Amino acid sequence: MSVLVYAESEKGQLKKIALELASFGRAIADQLNTDLIAITVNCDNNELLGNYGVNEILTSSHPEEFNAQQYAAIVKDAAQKKDAKVIAVSSSADSRYLAPLAAVELNAGYVTNVVEAPLSTTPFHVKRSVFTNKAFGISELNTDVKMVGLSKNAFGMHENPTTPTVTEFSPTVNNSSMEIASVDKANDQVTIADAEIVVSGGRGLKGPENWHLIEDLASTLGAATACSKPVSDMGWRPHSEHVGQTGKPVASNLYIAVGVSGAIQHLAGINASKVKVVINSDPEAPFFKAADYGIVGDAFEVVPKMIEKLKSFQAENT
Amino acid sequence: MKILVCISHVPDTTSKINFVENNTQFDTQGVQYIINPNDEFGLTRAMWFKEKEGATVDVINVGGPATESTLRKALAIGADNAIRIHTEALDATQVAKEIVAVIQENGYDLIIAGRESIDYNGGMVPGMIAALTGMNYLNNCIRLEIEGQNATAVREMDGGKETVTTPLPLVIGAQKGLVEESDLRIPNMRGIMMARKKPLSVLEPQHGDAQVQTIAYEKPAPKGAVKLVEPENIDQLISLLHNEAKVI
Ligand SMILES: Cc1cc2nc3c(=O)[nH]c(=O)nc-3n(C[C@H](O)[C@H](O)[C@H](O)COP(=O)(O)OP(=O)(O)OC[C@H]3O[C@@H](n4cnc5c(N)ncnc54)[C@H](O)[C@@H]3O)c2cc1C
Ligand SMILES: Nc1ncnc2c1ncn2[C@@H]1O[C@H](COP(=O)(O)O)[C@@H](O)[C@H]1O
Repeated sequence: MSVLVYAESEKGQLKKIALELASFGRAIADQLNTDLIAITVNCDNNELLGNYGVNEILTSSHPEEFNAQQYAAIVKDAAQKKDAKVIAVSSSADSRYLAPLAAVELNAGYVTNVVEAPLSTTPFHVKRSVFTNKAFGISELNTDVKMVGLSKNAFGMHENPTTPTVTEFSPTVNNSSMEIASVDKANDQVTIADAEIVVSGGRGLKGPENWHLIEDLASTLGAATACSKPVSDMGWRPHSEHVGQTGKPVASNLYIAVGVSGAIQHLAGINASKVKVVINSDPEAPFFKAADYGIVGDAFEVVPKMIEKLKSFQAENT
Repeated sequence: MKILVCISHVPDTTSKINFVENNTQFDTQGVQYIINPNDEFGLTRAMWFKEKEGATVDVINVGGPATESTLRKALAIGADNAIRIHTEALDATQVAKEIVAVIQENGYDLIIAGRESIDYNGGMVPGMIAALTGMNYLNNCIRLEIEGQNATAVREMDGGKETVTTPLPLVIGAQKGLVEESDLRIPNMRGIMMARKKPLSVLEPQHGDAQVQTIAYEKPAPKGAVKLVEPENIDQLISLLHNEAKVI
């Protein structure tokens, strides 16, 4: 038996979440006293997984483009070949897309949003977040093969050097009748899904002409930019930046909200972020109750000062 | 074209989340239930197919009698038939298998479910339906056009979007963007009256085995109070973020 992780890459390079997932997989493999196997597709820097406790890497160079059905078939083939009893996937859009397909094929019980290593392996108990992070559920999986989806940033990266073997893997992949007509992806921007830090602006910024404040603060921090729902509804910012219950979820290390009141629907999307900083001129803004750090002040004064101070901090610390 | 929209009956976001019976059951007291927002986007898209292309739209829920008010709301918005599978499913696999039994019985060209339900946030049911039926599947669907037996659909992915073409039948995981919030419909009086006369059939479940059972719930530890920093003292904030929170 073994534990298998699907380690995602983008343009040939492993994603950070793949390394977090490997760390998580290592912890489960230790609990079960077994090997950790990783499956990668079109990945050029497989060796990196050796820093995070992977014993063996199966690497496939096919298919070239992501297709959920085909990738699910690859994960399934790898799991069967390696007699994997636990399969772990990340919470990226692609992983959440393919995982239920693979789970059905493997007849595996599957849970998402898992926040820590299993509480026990016999019986198999995991803790997952539910109700948009307002509570946790303890779930018992009673199938022979189990599949777990790790919540982003919940486990962290833990180094654990190994010297993995790398094996070419040729899975059985059927043709798909689903064809990709076009892909539209910004290449240079940090995405909300991948970002360690997200800077978000609300209606308190008064208008799109003031968004340079959010953008400058974000670029100083290497952060992604986001916004509240009314901001995207009014067309100040694109819809893809809207976070919250009806928008994108954010599970960053640091979330900085500027001029956002902190309505419950907004918080529902950002609860999973580790550290929250709020800048708001109203000391009664509900966001302060959900925040770790706050400044009661005018964004138009605080943000430029913050950018300046951060730049000098960075100059001193590099 | 025959469309099936999967409707999950969920607590409104502003609901208090509490648990009873030794933290093993969700406390439904005083909770307002709504159509899962992702399903409402999907249902609205289905209404356009009905109005422009003459599609028939069935809605389905796997749940107890309490979910009928939510199914009636979907009928009032314009769905033609409602189906309730009479069982409190324990996991997504059970839900998916019950829905698949209905799909196999009735035959549909398009199955619309939500990207995820806002209660248990599983994000599993539509993918499982696709895998169990062998239909093609598109998650995080933000656009869908159908011509004859072929669909063109757009999927939102991390940092971008992708357009795909696929033959029907198809399963989608719907979300905002498929239609906009301003397109959502509030049932009017006529709709509500008509909904009372529309068929709502209650079917017995297959009783498949659950693979996952949730045995207990916990609430997160109460969060400490916010640390406020004076606007004149931004250096202090930076030092807290660096030394204490270790996030910069
Ligand atoms: C079904 C439903 C779903 C929803 N989904 C979402 C969602 O997914 N995401 C979301 O964000 N919202 C969502 N909402 C809307 C939500 O309820 C709030 O209306 C919204 O989040 C408020 O946006 P805001 O904080 O930008 O604006 P406001 O509530 O107007 O807050 C602006 C804030 O800026 C502060 N401010 C003003 N001037 C300054 C200044 N100079 N400096 C600093 N601060 C200043 C104010 O004190 C105030 O707190 C949803 C609502 C419903 C009903
Ligand atoms: N009990 C249910 N009855 C009908 N449809 C459901 C049910 N549970 C989930 N769904 C559908 O599956 C989608 C995803 O749900 P979930 O996998 O629970 O996050 C929902 O948006 C619904 O469309």
